[in-house]
Amino acid sequence: MITLFFKRAIEDIFKNRFLNLVTIITISLSILIASAFILFFVNTSEIINSWEKGLRIMAYLKPEINNDGLKDLKLAIQSLNDVDTLQFISKQEALSRLKAQMEHQSSLFENLTLNPLPDSIEIRMKASTESWQKIDSLAAQIEALPQIDEVEYGQRWVGRFAQIISLFRLAGYAIGTLFFMATIFIVANTIRLVIYSRREEVEIMRLVGATDNFIKIPFYFEGLIQGALGAIIGLVILYIAFIFISANIEKEFFSGLFRFHFLSPTLLLTILLVSMLVGWLGCYISLKQFLKQ
Amino acid sequence: MIDAPEKTFIIRMFHVHHNYGPKKALIDITLDIAKNEFVFISGPSGAGKTTLLKLLYLGEPVSEGQVLIDGINLARIPRKRIPQLRRKFGIIFQDYKLIPTKSVYDNVALVLEAAGAKNRLIQKKVKSVLRLVGMEDRLKSFPPSLSGGEQQRIAVARAIIGDPKIILADEPTGSLDEESAEVILELLRGVLIRGATVIIATHDKALMRKTGGCVLHLEQGRLEASRFIEKQYDNAIF
Repeated sequence: MITLFFKRAIEDIFKNRFLNLVTIITISLSILIASAFILFFVNTSEIINSWEKGLRIMAYLKPEINNDGLKDLKLAIQSLNDVDTLQFISKQEALSRLKAQMEHQSSLFENLTLNPLPDSIEIRMKASTESWQKIDSLAAQIEALPQIDEVEYGQRWVGRFAQIISLFRLAGYAIGTLFFMATIFIVANTIRLVIYSRREEVEIMRLVGATDNFIKIPFYFEGLIQGALGAIIGLVILYIAFIFISANIEKEFFSGLFRFHFLSPTLLLTILLVSMLVGWLGCYISLKQFLKQ
Repeated sequence: MIDAPEKTFIIRMFHVHHNYGPKKALIDITLDIAKNEFVFISGPSGAGKTTLLKLLYLGEPVSEGQVLIDGINLARIPRKRIPQLRRKFGIIFQDYKLIPTKSVYDNVALVLEAAGAKNRLIQKKVKSVLRLVGMEDRLKSFPPSLSGGEQQRIAVARAIIGDPKIILADEPTGSLDEESAEVILELLRGVLIRGATVIIATHDKALMRKTGGCVLHLEQGRLEASRFIEKQYDNAIF
């Protein structure tokens, strides 16, 4: 029986090509937009996470500091609340690290006769204290020490960025919900057109003794197939766009230090299932109203 | 039929009324139809013939009165049992009501598919019934490519494939030439022989004379008379 229903659903899709195509395009556009949002959030979350993991305060030392002074400074910093570890980085080590990071632009260092970098101390905080407010206060305490020339807290803006992303995420949920509802509404109406165009067929089926389920199930299959096809088309378009855009953004904004990732297989499967649910739900709503008449 | 209490009645109507808005389509119809009878419902256009047939298969709800089909009171039948009730009928419509986008095979097979029959049985029965109506070579054709007579034969095939207890035919020969009409009548007689009850709504007196059987005559929604008409009876009452 399932084979029969599936066969009928496939036949019906081909017989009502135009209306079915409209439904599939509608679903695929919605999936494309919703998935683009998801892709954006997944990647921004990863960027923020990677920044959070590398969160540290760099304290640059005044040039005249000697070994005893350095020892005192280390003790002073270590005694501060929330400090976990600290590591002294000599100016030579800093330069070699920089050279390693910029190996593709090595020509920049060719004419460098003097090391312009200062000695520094890299301070990492206890995991529990890694909140933006505490880091601000710790950075201020370190900066107040006499041996310190400058404190760099490069990720100062990360907190604000994370907050903006959180707002975006909330907006994304709202937009996603709206898209979900709008797609169901559009699919339901398109399916209603399909059913309306076949109302005589449905009426004949009823007259020959077909149950509501016998009439409904092939339509449900149609909805599921439309949802699946819509999702596949939407995701393929997104993937193609991702390949083109991510390569450029990685080069332009992240100098190849961060790699964008496409949606994980689990997410892809979830989107596919949600899309199928949308197709089915559209059918369900339309049929419920139609068969009541 | 009427006045035959020893018979088993498959259809019983008690003081049935049916209205379309303010218009009274059927007025106080009381009748009994026994199993394996050949019954004509006659009357001019608008007399209520089609409405009467529709009440039997719940194509229209009964406004007032009681209708019993094979012992089932239609006023009390739950919605989900309606498909089962309809499988007791094989219905032949005046406009054939074939699905134009489905092949001849699929149109006929639909009845058995809806009843949940196995695919092998469906194939066997569809071929057999199409052979019976002389359309076995048009399995893959689509209704719009067939003549009126051919479409009506398919409609008959669809009506009889489920071995229904009752055949309802609404003007089955109305738009057919004499030769095609004869074929359809012959098929309906065959169904009668196999034990079904055949009810034909028609205003064609020649058809009634040619076939013979019980005749229920409707006039403006009222059952005016019921008679038995002999086959080839030239001076028919109606």
